[in-house]
Amino acid sequence: MNVVLDNAGDIALAFIYTLSLFVVAGVLSLIFGALLAAARVGPVAVLRKAAAVYVTLIRNTPLLIVIIFFRFAGPKIGLTFSFVDIRVADIRLNNLYAACAVGLIVYTSSFVCEALRSGINAVPLGQAEAARAIGLPFGGVMSQVIMPQAMRHALPPLASVQIALLKNTTVCGALGVFEAFARMRGLTNDFASARTEIFLAFALIFVVLVEVLSFVAYRLERRWRIA
Amino acid sequence: MATSVLFDAPGPKTVARHRVYTVATYGGLLLVVAFIAWRLQQTGQFAYDLWEPVLTPSIIEVILVDGLLNTLKMAFSAIILAVVFGLVFGMGKLSDHAWVRWPCWLVVEFFRAVPVLLLMVFIFYQFGGVTNGDRGAYWSVVAALALYNGAVLAEVFRAGINAVPSGQAEAAYALGMRKFQVMTIILLPQAVKIMLPSIISQCVVALKDTSLGYAIAAIGLSTVSRLVYIEYGNQLQVVAVVALLYISVNLVLTGIATWIQKKFVGEKNPIDLTRAGNMDGGQNTGGGV
Repeated sequence: MNVVLDNAGDIALAFIYTLSLFVVAGVLSLIFGALLAAARVGPVAVLRKAAAVYVTLIRNTPLLIVIIFFRFAGPKIGLTFSFVDIRVADIRLNNLYAACAVGLIVYTSSFVCEALRSGINAVPLGQAEAARAIGLPFGGVMSQVIMPQAMRHALPPLASVQIALLKNTTVCGALGVFEAFARMRGLTNDFASARTEIFLAFALIFVVLVEVLSFVAYRLERRWRIA
Repeated sequence: MATSVLFDAPGPKTVARHRVYTVATYGGLLLVVAFIAWRLQQTGQFAYDLWEPVLTPSIIEVILVDGLLNTLKMAFSAIILAVVFGLVFGMGKLSDHAWVRWPCWLVVEFFRAVPVLLLMVFIFYQFGGVTNGDRGAYWSVVAALALYNGAVLAEVFRAGINAVPSGQAEAAYALGMRKFQVMTIILLPQAVKIMLPSIISQCVVALKDTSLGYAIAAIGLSTVSRLVYIEYGNQLQVVAVVALLYISVNLVLTGIATWIQKKFVGEKNPIDLTRAGNMDGGQNTGGGV
């Protein structure tokens, strides 16, 4: 355990990177995914098709390939994110970080879109018909009747997607962001004899983070449950 | 728009408005495509030199045989092992004995929550993967994926067996069958039908995750593509081709899953783990993405 405790500062820093990636990509993917979902259920046929194509393509591409695209192929066409260079104390968010974050957002938002769409689809047809029958316009149908129910249906898959995102941030470690995975690999290289302890420490931190997220989602679901 | 009940059949004004939206969207999409094409043109990405490697038979052979075939082999081995792992631990979680149930629960929760990449690298360095060349890397990927997907499948199996109407098991017990017989003769055959689509969707996840072998240089599509674009400097082209390969294979798998679902299960999947009802006890750990 000594190696882990001796390097607690480094490990904490690594998890700050991991969590910052998670928060940035999580919030932006929720926003972008919601826009995509709106396009997918909206009345404009072209938008529906375009969003469907986006979701199909991205969902079936491995995250690693998506991030490699922004990380190595992007610079070839001038997409370098070099305008990103933020320093906060020991944390430096540079263009590599931005490329990885954008990859995560692009990938995760397609899953967010699907989660939201499945939530909307899970609302019984009668609800929408009844709402329209009492004279609500489209906006009213959506905001008063459909969305409140759809959000409740969409919460478990959304939580699932965000938890997967937390675990997926490790992929950025393989491509140049110095977060938990990269730090673990560095430590296991430096202290080969303590490899198991280091792995278990990192694994347990992830287990705790996942369980916390899972618990938050569970509580939200309980709180919003109607019947 | 009579197909959707979310909004009314549009009147003449709305039709006109939608037409404006449609034209605007077309315009926007065209602009985006045009901008990308212009960017590609500006940076010389259409140059034949950059596309030549992915059109050369010998390199195509490397990508398909060393890359795609190995990726498929890895995914296939991982899924086979994952099904075995999932069956053992899924049934373990259903055991009547607490001393079997709790360890199984612990193992499943652990492997579901730990990122595959961490597991993969740990197995690679700790269990001799690093000293055994390509085979070591191959089996490290397979082992990590088998453990992770196996843990997810254990949940699927448990849910699938629970989804079989309880009258089935009760009737079997009434006939005097033993626990093992009830499980293998009555419950599993009926549960498999319900679980097949989830198992195949998990194959898509496993196939996508084989790309993580990149981190330990396991020969597969992602590693091979890296070798190609480092040699020829055509990142964009190689990534496009590789992504296309992944997408095609995954679409085929998804197609099979949909077909099986329609044929054996019907439109609604009773144990879709991404849906409501999977949150009992906070066990949702993000499978399927």
